[in-house]
Amino acid sequence: MKVDQISIFLENKPGGLERVTRILKEANINIRTLSIADTSEFGILRLIVNDVEAAVRVLKEDGFRISRTTVVAVEVPDRPGGLHSIMEVLSGHDINVEYLYAFVEKSGENAVIIVRFDNPDQAIDILIKNNLTVLPGAKLYSL
Amino acid sequence: MAVMIYNEEFETLPREVLEALQFKRLQQVLQRVYHTVGFYRRTFDAAGVKPDDIKTLADLSRLPFTSKQDLRENYPFGLFAVPMSSVVRLHASSGTTGRSTVVGYTKRDIDTWSELMARCFVAAGLTKNDIIHNAYGYGLFTGGLGAHYGAERLGASVIPMSGGNTKRQIMILQDFGPTAICCTPSYALNLAEQGQAMGVDMRSLRLRVGIFGAEPWSDQMRDQLEDQLAIQALNIYGLSEVMGPGVAMECSEGREGMHIFEDHFIVETINPETGAVLPPGEEGEIVFTTLSKEAFPLIRYRTRDVACLITAPCRCGRSHVRMGRIMGRSDDMLIIRGVNVFPSQIEAVLVGIEGLEPHYQLVVDRGGTLDTLEVQVEVSERTFANADEVKVLQKMERRIVKDIKDYLGVSAKVKLVEPKSLQRFEGKASRVTDRRKL
Ligand SMILES: [Zn+2]
Repeated sequence: MKVDQISIFLENKPGGLERVTRILKEANINIRTLSIADTSEFGILRLIVNDVEAAVRVLKEDGFRISRTTVVAVEVPDRPGGLHSIMEVLSGHDINVEYLYAFVEKSGENAVIIVRFDNPDQAIDILIKNNLTVLPGAKLYSL
Repeated sequence: MAVMIYNEEFETLPREVLEALQFKRLQQVLQRVYHTVGFYRRTFDAAGVKPDDIKTLADLSRLPFTSKQDLRENYPFGLFAVPMSSVVRLHASSGTTGRSTVVGYTKRDIDTWSELMARCFVAAGLTKNDIIHNAYGYGLFTGGLGAHYGAERLGASVIPMSGGNTKRQIMILQDFGPTAICCTPSYALNLAEQGQAMGVDMRSLRLRVGIFGAEPWSDQMRDQLEDQLAIQALNIYGLSEVMGPGVAMECSEGREGMHIFEDHFIVETINPETGAVLPPGEEGEIVFTTLSKEAFPLIRYRTRDVACLITAPCRCGRSHVRMGRIMGRSDDMLIIRGVNVFPSQIEAVLVGIEGLEPHYQLVVDRGGTLDTLEVQVEVSERTFANADEVKVLQKMERRIVKDIKDYLGVSAKVKLVEPKSLQRFEGKASRVTDRRKL
């Protein structure tokens, strides 16, 4: 039920993001969604793509520093309180959200939230027990 | 197994015999330079010393020094002691800071140099059965041809790779199965890294020895190279003015300090400020006098390299004195807000931090009246693989700042940068940009 995410270290300088998107385009890799966390000096670009292995390979070949992390994709109703429904079921458990961002496309009437938990396995268990929909990677890559 | 020594007679001479030989050769070279090189006649005369006044080795200290500046001022051939018809080869230093310096070799000089390089290879445990991958640059730089001739003299099989074209180098390392590699330590790390990125198991190559020099490096970097390439990494020393690579070499038995081939060179350490000769064991600027060179003899040449001499006997049996690791170049020494900083010390701090690699660049500037030091550090694969969070990287930055402050006593700004964004030279790594307008 987990999703593979690629993180890329980028300096804050013009053209950095363009280099990444060009390399992926040339390798015919589709970016499903992305988010950037940055400081004044550097940033971390996080991507979900349709072909993780190929993306890691071409980016590494081009000299980028890459890390692969496991994130969880949760489907929530696209209305007020949607995100809160995730936080609510996890409260009271010893699980931390390191970061989260929204998926670009909707899954029907629902929004998809990408969450990095410090303990993804336990988080998935709790989410499923509370009737939240956790999307498997394969589904997400092709959404 | 018995220790192998290429020229056992000369490399193990008892001290008194060695010094008698040095003195005899010193007298000859002093006579020669005084009568054939105008520069030496002028500087000796100005100091009021004639070659005949030098009656013991200790009298050497009465002679004036020769500096890099003197070499530049006599560009290109002003210090040659033989006519050009006797010179069979020319080399030149890169001249990154001003005019380059040109050196010449007679046929006999090339012969001596080849032997000294062969001695280095044998000290590293190599024999004629080894295949040597020579990735020192071929050309005006002495590294490539110097190592090449030594390898041929030994009878080993030499692969004249030269620098550059890293992917091809990795292919040759896999296909030709060299057992030894010569290059700069930073280029060796680059090869290891690129090989890994290409999916090559760099530890399973046939390489067993690395002979690294032409830039200062640290023990931590040695550990890293030995680990990543599964080799024994040894330090070689040389500079083109004095001869090229092969002036001094670490033995695989001792691995602590490089034996200086004292039958061909006299070494002194001096206080760089006063010029006073220091007792062995004290750190100072290394000064060389060549004893056998014909085309380009040098008297008391100040190398700007800071190191100490080790006179204790070595377990390999060589009687020649050793020089410790180069602490830095007095040229490279940065003075940041009154604190002396060598790039090699920054490197030691970086490799002392788990997961970091010594790929860095120093930028010195002056904001108002205060010097600023920015340390740009490449994010290593290992660091980032375990941390895709901003706070972890920021913690790493703070750790580097703290360690530099703790060990060097200077405040620096640390900036993490992408790999390969820092220039990596295949000759000497240029790690410092000084933007101060002094
Ligand atoms: Zn030794």
